[in-house]
Amino acid sequence: MCLAIPARVVALPGPDAALIDIGGVRKRISLALVEGIAVGDYVIVHAGYALARLDPEEAERTLALFAEAAALLEAPGATP
Amino acid sequence: MKYIDEFRDGALARHLAGAIAREAEPTRHYSLMEFCGGHTHAISRYGIKDLLPPNVEMVHGPGCPVCVLPVGRIDSAIELASRPGLILATYADTMRVPASKGSSLLKAKARGADIRMVYSSADAIRIARDNPEREVVFFAIGFETTTPPTAVAILDAAALGLGNFSVFCNHVLTPAAIANILESPEVRDLGTVPLDGFIGPAHVSTVIGSQPYEYFAEEYGRPVVIAGFEPLDVMQAILMLVRQLNEGRAEVENEFTRAVTREGNGKAKALVAEVFELRRSFEWRGLGEVPYSALQIKEKYRRFDAEARYGLEYRSVADNKACECGAILRGVKKPIDCKVFGTVCTPENPIGSCMVSSEGACAAHYSYGRFKDVPVIAVAAP
Repeated sequence: MCLAIPARVVALPGPDAALIDIGGVRKRISLALVEGIAVGDYVIVHAGYALARLDPEEAERTLALFAEAAALLEAPGATP
Repeated sequence: MKYIDEFRDGALARHLAGAIAREAEPTRHYSLMEFCGGHTHAISRYGIKDLLPPNVEMVHGPGCPVCVLPVGRIDSAIELASRPGLILATYADTMRVPASKGSSLLKAKARGADIRMVYSSADAIRIARDNPEREVVFFAIGFETTTPPTAVAILDAAALGLGNFSVFCNHVLTPAAIANILESPEVRDLGTVPLDGFIGPAHVSTVIGSQPYEYFAEEYGRPVVIAGFEPLDVMQAILMLVRQLNEGRAEVENEFTRAVTREGNGKAKALVAEVFELRRSFEWRGLGEVPYSALQIKEKYRRFDAEARYGLEYRSVADNKACECGAILRGVKKPIDCKVFGTVCTPENPIGSCMVSSEGACAAHYSYGRFKDVPVIAVAAP
């Protein structure tokens, strides 16, 4: 029920409206719950509404955190 | 797809599993509750349990809106849908939830009720606009993710002057449910359900922020790590919880920083506050009556409140006796502890709500884990 997916905004066809692209599938959604969305942004889409803008820098930081755990394991002397 | 695939990387998952195994102290047991059905589903689908050491255990929580909706509420929805001329618009999730006397919305639809499955609350508004001579009720359920879209629908209906639209509001609140679990005798007094920490909701937290969980960390001394719904997010959150417990910390940490802030979504919260207010009490399947755990429509928008408009009176109805959903939702039992799991109760013919939604603990275990419980026996060819 609370499932939501990250999707790229490809156009802003009207007030509080966005056209999004998810792996080639396009759909019109509402931007009534978010502010300052631009074309090219990724938004988290839930039941036809964008709930939040995805922060690309924070996403990179989280991926770096995963890699850090991996690096620790591969470090010399580490026992996985 | 971007922001999905990289959070499902198998090699990184194995590394994270290695880190968890190394950091979890062998003499200690870690009992962690994932509150959300979205996490339950990810844990089952990606086999995360198999990547964890035996002393790190996941306990399923009640964060599945379909699962916690009691029979009486579905009965009221069927009652509404059975009114001549009325159109009931609903998220598809509710269609197969068992109601009284072996009924469900799906069966009511088969009997001729005009029930329409919608993807969005905006679709319900569209149905009301397209059918001005018909009454249209939106069956609104869900946690803090679906509540803002319902608020927008009510405000749109007010702006459009839609006299034929109303909402049957069943929106519930995550923090109230977490508090109820922490206060339950099984956790607090009996100790039959050890709970050392929580994986906090992903998308609910995009709306309410991480701040509401700080109370649980401070008051109950349980760490909370908010995590995304992808498998690596869940693994990383488990690692962060293990670290907090090892270091004796009980803090709110945020793994899902790409979408969650401490404050949450101010615009969405303001819209919800405009339309809704706290309900004094609401019955949850499994948890019973929980005070101030749900929302109702404010007096100002009463004309859009289906409960007032149609004089709906709530009647509590007991679950099927054989069904263990209640205990499963409280983390007291597991799906395989239920006698009807996978035999009488299957996703095709659900007896209890946990077998209905893909996020339900029973449906998730049925889809992805039920054969793991069966020992593999090699039989030599004759």
